[in-house]
Amino acid sequence: MPGSNGRELTLAQAIREALAEEMRRDSRVFILGEDIAEAGHPFKVLTGLVEEFGTDRVLDTPISEAGFTGVAVGAAMTGLRPVVDIMFGDFVTLTMDQMVNQAAKVHYMSGGKWKVPMVLRTTLGATRRSAAQHSQSLHAWFCHVPGLKVVLPSTPYDAKGLLKTAIRDENPVAFFEDKMMYRLKGPVPEEEYTIPFGVADIKRAGDDITIVATSSMVQVALGAAKLLEEAGISAEVIDPRTLWPLDEKTLIESAKKTSRVIVMDEGYGRYGVVAEIASVIAEGAFFDLEAPVKKMGAMHVPIPFSPPLEDATVPTEQSVFDAARAMCG
Amino acid sequence: MATAVDRSPLDSKTEDELWLRVYRRMVTIRLFEEQVNDLYTRALMPGLAHLYIGEEGVAVGICEALRPDDYITSTHRGHGHCLAKGATPDRMFAELLGKEAGYCKGKGGSMHIADPATGNLGANAIVGGSAGIATGAAFSAKRLGTGQVSVCFFGEGALGQGSLYEVMNMASLWKLPVVYVCENNLYNEYTHFSEVTAGDILARGTAFGLESEAVDGQDVRAVHATAKRLVERARRGEGPALLLANTYRYHGHHVGDVSRDYYRSKQEEQQWKSERDPIQILSAWLTAQKLADAASLGQIQAEAKAEIDQAVQFATAAPYPGVDKVAQDVYAGE
Repeated sequence: MPGSNGRELTLAQAIREALAEEMRRDSRVFILGEDIAEAGHPFKVLTGLVEEFGTDRVLDTPISEAGFTGVAVGAAMTGLRPVVDIMFGDFVTLTMDQMVNQAAKVHYMSGGKWKVPMVLRTTLGATRRSAAQHSQSLHAWFCHVPGLKVVLPSTPYDAKGLLKTAIRDENPVAFFEDKMMYRLKGPVPEEEYTIPFGVADIKRAGDDITIVATSSMVQVALGAAKLLEEAGISAEVIDPRTLWPLDEKTLIESAKKTSRVIVMDEGYGRYGVVAEIASVIAEGAFFDLEAPVKKMGAMHVPIPFSPPLEDATVPTEQSVFDAARAMCG
Repeated sequence: MATAVDRSPLDSKTEDELWLRVYRRMVTIRLFEEQVNDLYTRALMPGLAHLYIGEEGVAVGICEALRPDDYITSTHRGHGHCLAKGATPDRMFAELLGKEAGYCKGKGGSMHIADPATGNLGANAIVGGSAGIATGAAFSAKRLGTGQVSVCFFGEGALGQGSLYEVMNMASLWKLPVVYVCENNLYNEYTHFSEVTAGDILARGTAFGLESEAVDGQDVRAVHATAKRLVERARRGEGPALLLANTYRYHGHHVGDVSRDYYRSKQEEQQWKSERDPIQILSAWLTAQKLADAASLGQIQAEAKAEIDQAVQFATAAPYPGVDKVAQDVYAGE
């Protein structure tokens, strides 16, 4: 990471800065979605963009996720670079035909003749007391589909660099932001940078156990690592940053080094991201493992409203600490 | 102004050439589809085949009103649209047979022919699935100021898909140069459209402020005249349109759908074929106008037949893609 000279941004500011820089750099880039212009999005991630770029490039749409995602697919095929804003990750269900049957397949089905350089930005993450239809983490759905790339930043620095890469990519990219992390601050340098896809980042080096964590779970993993350190256990925390392409090599190398692995992700564990990464590690580092790979995803229930119930559905620093200590015991 | 050139009406020679070209295109599509039927029933073609026979006047009448760089999106019943927009039968057949020389290197097949060189954004096997793409292409055309128009072909079955109305709403709000062409061939697969379509079809367009018109899809001259008006209107920035083309599917939903008694009568089919055939209607007009006679039309048919025969030979002889190509083209730029 280049030095930030002490400059810190929130994750929301980093996203906004990435969008603004790419829109200044490339007149083909535009944003479309619900309440994104004057309203700047309910999470205020996009505040100020319409003032700089106008309503032609920061476009308020009807509440028609399937429709405007489809418009974005067509616009991407014909010379523009749309960034689709899907207000809550739960609403990606409405876009699935356009993303899965259209965007993901256009390049392959046309024998490589048409391409779809678009980004779909949306959110993930529970614990905002928003109940079952505004709290899901459905990124695994996109990971399942060839032709899509899937990005989950966990810091303001990563968010900015990865979003710029996503906008410049020639393919449809699904970009998931943890809505609870928009106010998370972190160093972001002034100068231009991008982060390549398929390169995991070791957020904390360690020797005794590897914790692979994505997005919202990275901070939880780092908190758990601190608790583990006090208990004499050295945890390595790795963030894959992009789930496809996936940096299998870094994950497997760390697993071989520490011989114990926990995989964390806020999506559902069953048939989910944690299952896939656990299997990659099991296949790649089987003879070096001292214990089965431990999966920690969201509990397999619709996200409940009641706060104590909701809090019980996602891994916590304590639950990770307990699992790690049991594995290292 | 003495030096002004009158550009408004086509001169008679151009006009004659247009209708003979239209006739040739329609005959080519008919022969292409008959050949598909033959290949399929002889088990020489894998997959599914949805024939456009009976509907040729719609695709040709509309595509003749387009510029080469105008966009179209097509459907599972898309061979006619692709050919009308300028695809050649040899590479079409190659694609239908899954050959490397096909428009999509054999990866798309009958339902997914796409070709940037002719503005074909792709046939689409999700009913109504391309409405967003066509609208997005119109969005690009307007944003980039290219003057292009986008035509979204869909069957009346797509009237049941909500996303169609979502994009019509946006096209109208943003005055996009897109023409939605509803080909009403009367049947949603095996169900008469009236059983599943409430109210008035054109009213669905006017509700969103689209210029909405119906036309006899068996009369290619009427289709062309209406399409030209709506396309040029869109090109001038006056907004999107819905064109309802009433037509008929001579064959089944797909080639294998041969016993159709449970959803329509042979008499109905025969009536459309003998009284409302788009090629016969045009040839009768050409003959009456003395633009052609039996001999000249016969010659066009023979030339089209020769082209189709050569195309089938080309496609049959062409190699399949190597299995090493299976993972290519999943991602662009890799």
